[in-house]
Amino acid sequence: MTQTRSIPDRLQSPAERYLKSWESLLLLVAIGIFVANSFASPYFLNAWNLSDATFNFTEKAMIAFAMALLIISGEIDLSVAAIIALASTAMGAAVQIGVGTEGLVVIGLAVGVLCGAFNGFLVTGLGLPSIVVTIGTMSLFRGISFIILGDQAYRGYPPEFAFFGQGYVWWVISFEFVLFAIIAVIYAVILHKTNFGRAVYAIGNNATGALFSGIRVGRVKFILFLLTGLMSGVAAICLTSRLGSTRPSIAFGWELEIVTMVVLGGVNILGGSGTIPGVVIAAFVMGLVTFGLGLLNVPGIVMSIVIGALLISVIALPRLWSMWRQA
Amino acid sequence: MKRILATRELLLLVAIGIVLAIIASRFPAFVTPANLTVVFNDTSPLILLAIGQMIVILTKCIDLSVAANLALTGMVVALVNIAAPDLPIPVIIVIATGFGTLLGMFNGLLVWKLAIPPIVVTLGTMTIFRGCIFLLTEGKWVNSHEMTAAFKAVPRADILGLPVLSWIAIVAVIFFSLLMTRTTLGRAFYAAGGNPHAATYAGINVGRTQFWAFTISGAIAGLTGYLWVSRFAVAYVDVAGGFELTVVAACVIGGVSIMGGIGTVTGALLGALFLGIIANALPVVNISPFWQMAISGSAIIIAVVVNAQANRSPGRIILKKAEQAT
Repeated sequence: MTQTRSIPDRLQSPAERYLKSWESLLLLVAIGIFVANSFASPYFLNAWNLSDATFNFTEKAMIAFAMALLIISGEIDLSVAAIIALASTAMGAAVQIGVGTEGLVVIGLAVGVLCGAFNGFLVTGLGLPSIVVTIGTMSLFRGISFIILGDQAYRGYPPEFAFFGQGYVWWVISFEFVLFAIIAVIYAVILHKTNFGRAVYAIGNNATGALFSGIRVGRVKFILFLLTGLMSGVAAICLTSRLGSTRPSIAFGWELEIVTMVVLGGVNILGGSGTIPGVVIAAFVMGLVTFGLGLLNVPGIVMSIVIGALLISVIALPRLWSMWRQA
Repeated sequence: MKRILATRELLLLVAIGIVLAIIASRFPAFVTPANLTVVFNDTSPLILLAIGQMIVILTKCIDLSVAANLALTGMVVALVNIAAPDLPIPVIIVIATGFGTLLGMFNGLLVWKLAIPPIVVTLGTMTIFRGCIFLLTEGKWVNSHEMTAAFKAVPRADILGLPVLSWIAIVAVIFFSLLMTRTTLGRAFYAAGGNPHAATYAGINVGRTQFWAFTISGAIAGLTGYLWVSRFAVAYVDVAGGFELTVVAACVIGGVSIMGGIGTVTGALLGALFLGIIANALPVVNISPFWQMAISGSAIIIAVVVNAQANRSPGRIILKKAEQAT
C-alpha cells in the first residue's frame, strides 16, 4: 500500500487529538456496551454482579499489560497460558509436600520468571523469532504439566491461599481488582513515563536505529520477557487460588484472548505503538461483553465469535472507512 | 543455496532414521512396512495441512485458522450428507474443497485488501469458524450412524494396498512440489516472502500472492475436513482442536522459515512425518501419551535453533573474491 502524507497547515490541538484517539473510540464502545447491557438484563446493574464480572478479565489483563509492552517492542509471547499451567502445577506439587502460603507465592513467581527467562534467552540470546520459540515453549511448558499431572488434579491449597483469588479488600472490591488496578498504574508509568518505556517504543519502530542510539535492544527485550513471565506467575497465583485446584488444562487458550485484548486496546501487532490506558479499556470491553452475554444465557462459544469478530472489525472498520473516504 | 536446503532436509531424514532405529531396536514390529503404512496414513491429514501452511508461511503470513476451517467444513459436509444422503461422494468432495476455499479466501481478502496482519485475521477467524459450528449444530454431535456408508468409506477404500487418504497425501506432495518449483505462481510465493520489495519491482503483486496462499491453504483444509470427519466418523465443535499449532510445528521442524521465503514441500512432509512417527511410537514404547506435548515442544525449539544456525553461515557475500582481495 502506498501512502502519501501531507504536512498539515495546522497541528491538531491536544483536545482534538484525545477526542479522535483510539482510546476514546474504545471508551465509547465500552459505555455503549454497558448501557446496552443494563437495558438488556435486569441483573446487570448490581454491585455484586459487576464485581463478579471483573474476574472475567483481571487475570488476563495483568498478563496483557506486560504483553502490550512486548508486542510494542515487536515481539510476542504465546506461551503465557502454558506458563500459568506450569506455575500452577509447581505450586500444586509444593502443597503436597506441605509448603505454606508464602512459599507458594514465591514458587509461583519464580516459575513464571524462569519460564520468561528461558523465552528471553532463546529470543535475544540466540536471535530466534519469538512467535515460533513461544509456540514451542507453549507446548513444552504445558507438556511438562501434563507429564507431572496426567489426568490428575492437585487440590488441598491452604485456606489463607484462597485470599488472592477469592478475597475482598473492601465491600465489593476484590483483591484481584485492586491488584489489577495497581499493576495497570505501574505499567502505565513504566511505558509512558520512563526511559525504559521510550526504549520499548524505539525498538518497536526501528530496532536497528534503537541499537545505534545506544539502547541495549537485547537487554530490554529480555527484561520484557521476564516481566511477561512474572505477570503470568502472578496470574497463576490468582487463578489457582480462585479455582482451588490445578489441572494441566488450566487457562487453556488464554494466550489468544490476551493477544486479542492487547490488539483491541489499540496496540499495533507489528510493534511501535499502543498505550496502557487502551489495554485497560479493552479489558473492560471484553469483560463486559462476556458478562453481558452470559447474563443473557448466550453460550461461551458464541461469545468467542463476538470476540473474534470484534478483533477483526475494530482493525478493519477504520481501514474500510479511510478507503471509502479516499474513493 | 540448493546445497544448504538439501542438507537441511537430509538432517531431518537422518533424525527420522535415528528415531526409527531406536524404536526398532526394542520394538521391531513398529518398523514393518505394514505398520509404517499405518503411521503414514495416520499422518496424512497433518501432511496435507502442513503443505498448505508452508505456502502461507512462505509469503510471510501464518494461518492459525486451518484446524477451525477443517472442523467447520467437516461439519458442513456431514450435515449435507444427512440432508441429502443420495448426493454422490465426488459432489461432497467438491463441496468440501469449495467451502474450505471460500473460508481461505475470506482470510486472504482481509490480508490483501485491508492489509490486516495475518496473525490477527486468522486468530479472529479461528474463533469465528469454531463458533459457527456451534451455531450450526447448537453443540450437537453428528455421529457415525447418521452418516451414509458411502460417505464413510472413501478414506478407507483400498487402492494398490494403500488407503485413499494416503494416496491423496502422496498426490498432494507431488502436485505441490511441481507447483512450487515449476510454475510462476510457485516462484511468486518464494519471491513474495523472500523479499517483498524486490518482488513488487519484479511485477509480482505481493498481496494477491498472499491471497492465493490463503486460498490454497483453505482448499486443503476443507478437503482434509471431509477426510477427517469421514475417517473418524464423527463431527463436533472441537474436532482437531489445537491442531493448527501442530501444523505450524510440522512446518518449523521441516525447515520452513517463519520469516518467509524459505521452505520446501519435502521439508513440510518430513516435518509432519517426524511428528507423526513420534505420536504413533509413544504408546508402542510404553511412554505415557501425556509426554507427547512436551516432546513436540522440544522438537520445535531444537528445530528452530538448528535452522537458525544453518541460516546464519551463508550470508550474502556475492563478491567473495573481491572482498578477500582488498
